[in-house]
Amino acid sequence: MPVLTNIEAVTRTLQEEMRRNPDIFITGEDVGVRGGVFRATRGLYEEFGERRVVDSPLSESSIIGIGIGAALYGLRPVCEIQFADFIAPAFNQIVNEAARMRYRSNGAWICPLIIRAPYGGGISGGLYHSQSIEATYAHVPGLYVVAPATPYDIVGMLRYAFRVNDPVLFLEHKKTYRLIKGEVPDAWYTVPFCKADIKRAGTDVTVITFGLMLHETLQAAEQVATEGISVEVVDPRTLSPLDKETILASVKKTGKVLIVYEDNLSFGWGAEVAAIIAGEAFEYLDAPVMRVAGPDVPAVPFARTLQDFFMPNAEKIARALRQLAAY
Amino acid sequence: MATNVVMPQLGESVIEGTVGKWLKQVGDRVEQYEPILEVVTDKVTTEIPSPASGTLLQILIGEGATVKAGTVLAVIGAPGEAVAPAAAPAPASTAAPASADTAAPARAGTPRLTPVVARMIAEHHITDAELATIRGTGEGGRITKKDLENFLQTRARPTSAPAVPAWEQPGTGELFRPTEEVLRPVTAPASGAEEIIPLTPIRRTIAEHMVRSKNVAPHVTTVHEADMSRVLKFHQAHSAEFEKQGVKLTYTAYFVQAAVAALKAFPLVNASFTEQGIVVKREVNIGIAVATDEGLIVPVIKNADEKSLLGLARAINDLASRAREKRLRPEEVQGGTFTLTNYGVFGSLFGTPIIHQPQSAVLGVGAIQKRAVVIDDMLAIRPMVYLALSFDHRLLDGALGDQFVQKIKRFLEEYPLT
Repeated sequence: MPVLTNIEAVTRTLQEEMRRNPDIFITGEDVGVRGGVFRATRGLYEEFGERRVVDSPLSESSIIGIGIGAALYGLRPVCEIQFADFIAPAFNQIVNEAARMRYRSNGAWICPLIIRAPYGGGISGGLYHSQSIEATYAHVPGLYVVAPATPYDIVGMLRYAFRVNDPVLFLEHKKTYRLIKGEVPDAWYTVPFCKADIKRAGTDVTVITFGLMLHETLQAAEQVATEGISVEVVDPRTLSPLDKETILASVKKTGKVLIVYEDNLSFGWGAEVAAIIAGEAFEYLDAPVMRVAGPDVPAVPFARTLQDFFMPNAEKIARALRQLAAY
Repeated sequence: MATNVVMPQLGESVIEGTVGKWLKQVGDRVEQYEPILEVVTDKVTTEIPSPASGTLLQILIGEGATVKAGTVLAVIGAPGEAVAPAAAPAPASTAAPASADTAAPARAGTPRLTPVVARMIAEHHITDAELATIRGTGEGGRITKKDLENFLQTRARPTSAPAVPAWEQPGTGELFRPTEEVLRPVTAPASGAEEIIPLTPIRRTIAEHMVRSKNVAPHVTTVHEADMSRVLKFHQAHSAEFEKQGVKLTYTAYFVQAAVAALKAFPLVNASFTEQGIVVKREVNIGIAVATDEGLIVPVIKNADEKSLLGLARAINDLASRAREKRLRPEEVQGGTFTLTNYGVFGSLFGTPIIHQPQSAVLGVGAIQKRAVVIDDMLAIRPMVYLALSFDHRLLDGALGDQFVQKIKRFLEEYPLT
């Protein structure tokens, strides 16, 4: 089994799918000649040419608008938003057009569009290269919001994204691009959406988390295991719609829950998860549902010390785990 | 304005009822006339409609408790409305309320319980006293789910007692145990090799009734044999004609007819023994034991002496089928003066039935079988049946009981053929 990094998992899967399906094309800022600022589309321009790997103007609204039009007419566009921080100008296209297309046409039109967006902090990217955007888009029905965190999941879910007929916001944590490596089987497979994965089995506390925080949590779980605290780590992989079943089953088993996400704490993705647990597993709870998340400041700061203060990490997660286990 | 839900009087002589099941829980919205609870009286379950629309604010009588008609069971009102303290419920004399007093006051100084712990305490019926023995390992001594799990493990497997000399140990067996302990319902299986099926209200009623009957009435069973040739001949000749009138004629109808004739001849059997004297009933109301999926039930043919064979057959079919469908009205299992049980349909030859209190006798009918019998010193093959009468020896002497059954026997053996 080959070992790939997260970024290699993206590139290989795009290449494999483009070879298979001539209707697939990529558009975005610097995706062509440059091969993407993170090199996610490296080699694709050379292999598939300028008609299938199209450099776009610096206009996110038009990148998505072009994608929507092409999808409506039968193509399979992959739109790259260079940094998720820049997605805001395309908000109207994504929410008002793409996500509602099937619903408002009563199923007559579909919009199979993949929007790839590198997100997240911890790479000294400062205010405009560190943001997490999942909460805003997970709120929108009609849109899949997925955030695979390992090469295996990235390959399986990107393949799956090419096989669903609705828009997909495909979030890739930029810090994990070269940090996270993993085995990817030679045999072809997909990872269906809306299926959470137990990344570590345990009995005392359930942690629900994704992206870079998944890896921080796995480290924290390793730390507290030496203190006799058994942690179960649930990676939802698809942030919306959620696999409630897997989450609730784990909560019912352990009775204690920690939700970890990197975005600002308030009104975040984890608030919804906490509400679901309180509503549907109340009688199984042995402690309050807790969250570890970024503080409520306007953005991830640039200064290294301040960035460290902002980012949740294994240390902070382990502290919360100890607190919960003792409750 | 709060409205009380009261235990209704289900039938003329029904003075108490058992709360079978609450169909609504506290906090639920109920509409007027919407079923709010099930009440069980003598094995018949009746849905009680809500007297008003509103929110169910309080349930005063728990499931399984038996109370007198007129007792306040629950209060309905506007959400959040304060509930005036209700008068203490009047428990009926015969059955002790099982779960009316479960709302135990919170102990002062007890750490608050987490939802899962609260649920487990309720599920495993952990008492306040038991709870006090659990040492909480959570923050500030809070009892955690794990503490409770550990407690339940040790509770399920009691540690082996130290050896004590035999003379120091109390005797074992039911005889040596306090009555309350013997009669206390088992709440948890002792090991994985057993399983507990919770008592349904019907099963509980049957059990209580059987024990009570055997306690109050000294039972004697006398067995006689009857030749059914003439009944069978009549039956063969007439059942098609009955069928045309839409009635399936069963043998039970003939036995009811015979019992009615015998009760008319011996009114003392159609009576109840009381301390004040023997109560002789003017009505002849025959109860028919019907086996249902949930248990035995005894619907009553009122004024059976006023019914023809056709009328009896129709009444038996109607009561039996509605008993199996659980559609009997409470008064239809009330007021019997004598009972007939036809266990012959299950192949039994004869049994020793238990008297349905407060009646004085019960007739058991076995299977009709062809047997070799001696008539005028000759062997003959005849369809025979054993008639077993269990009677209350306090008011019926053996001679009277036997004469009574002989009357039934003659009625069957001399059955008119037209």
